Amino acid sequence: MSEHNKRDTMQERRDFLKAGAVMAGATAASGVLVYSVAHSRAPEEGASASKRWGMLIDTSKCGDGCNDCVTACNTENGLSGETGPQDSQYIRKLNIKDLRNGRVHELPMLCQHCEHPPCVDVCPTGASMRRADGIVLVDRHICIGCRYCMMACPYKARSFVHEPLTDQNPEVPRGKGCVESCTFCVQRVDRDEQPACVEACNAKGHQAMVFGDLKDPESAIAKALKSQASTEVRADLGLNTGVRYQGI
Amino acid sequence: MAKLAGCLRAGLRLAVLAGVAALMAAPSSEAVAGVDLPKLERGKGEKCVEDTQFMRRNHMDLLKHQRDETMRKGIRTTRHSLKRCVECHASEKTGSVAASKEDFCAACHSYASVKLDCWDCHATRPGKKSAASPHVPSQVNGGGQ
Repeated sequence: MSEHNKRDTMQERRDFLKAGAVMAGATAASGVLVYSVAHSRAPEEGASASKRWGMLIDTSKCGDGCNDCVTACNTENGLSGETGPQDSQYIRKLNIKDLRNGRVHELPMLCQHCEHPPCVDVCPTGASMRRADGIVLVDRHICIGCRYCMMACPYKARSFVHEPLTDQNPEVPRGKGCVESCTFCVQRVDRDEQPACVEACNAKGHQAMVFGDLKDPESAIAKALKSQASTEVRADLGLNTGVRYQGI
Repeated sequence: MAKLAGCLRAGLRLAVLAGVAALMAAPSSEAVAGVDLPKLERGKGEKCVEDTQFMRRNHMDLLKHQRDETMRKGIRTTRHSLKRCVECHASEKTGSVAASKEDFCAACHSYASVKLDCWDCHATRPGKKSAASPHVPSQVNGGGQ
């Protein structure tokens, strides 16, 4: 066992040196690269509280009837795409109508990744959790499927898997008897990619969704939030959501 | 200390050998032989990330440790990740680690009669995307001894 530990330590040292070499190479190569390397993290580093991932959605840019974010999410996470009461939906398009003046518009609704998530408060097993970087997740290993979190969520963001599943995406394990919801595509975020919905929205040219680090003053999302008005859905609950909206 | 452990190990080996010899010498050796051990398909990689004997005893602890690190802390090292196990050990025939009783995980677990819950949620087949991912090979090499 001690030999094994020693090997692990050696391995970590090697990985660290390798990472250092890459970093040094990038510094020498170009200023742009330095920026991107400085923002990525090594696999052994883990999520850090120095970041908080967030999303800004401009509903005025959201296309009428466009469903690309939902489709991309379904593909990425291996969801069926059905919208029945027993089907999983991580992101939904909602039609909102102001009854006083008849104004109609659409917005995508997903897990709001609250700073004070009610789902985490009520979870009896600790399966519902908030990662250090603000992403709210369900640890399916210890979820018992009681669905308290689904009751507690003010955004109706969580779903329960009712039937056995097969052929899951290797990066997104999911199965019967567990609650699940949007993860901000944590598997993509951890390798410095954007969530699938944001990528699809940008690919369509709508640019309605901005994803980034709320704590980094240089990030596009932090700059936008500083310069433009935005709102939280149900701000009265004081949850400090990670997802903010404009135009609602 | 290491010397002492070495002596102990040597002693243990001798004892095991003596035991085996005693069994072979016994008249009822056919009955003792019991069921054949499961025949495992060799993984695609050159070598497992750990010693085979070590893995046989400890793979579940490694996986459980890794699952909590990855899931709760976001640590995504590949050395002991279930996904990497599947990529290497998926059967040539079925493309899976648990589709038939001869597949890598299923072979031992059905022999030992231990139910596996992993595959209720996790994919038993390697993904297409990760196989093509360029940064993976270097980490695999880094994971070898």
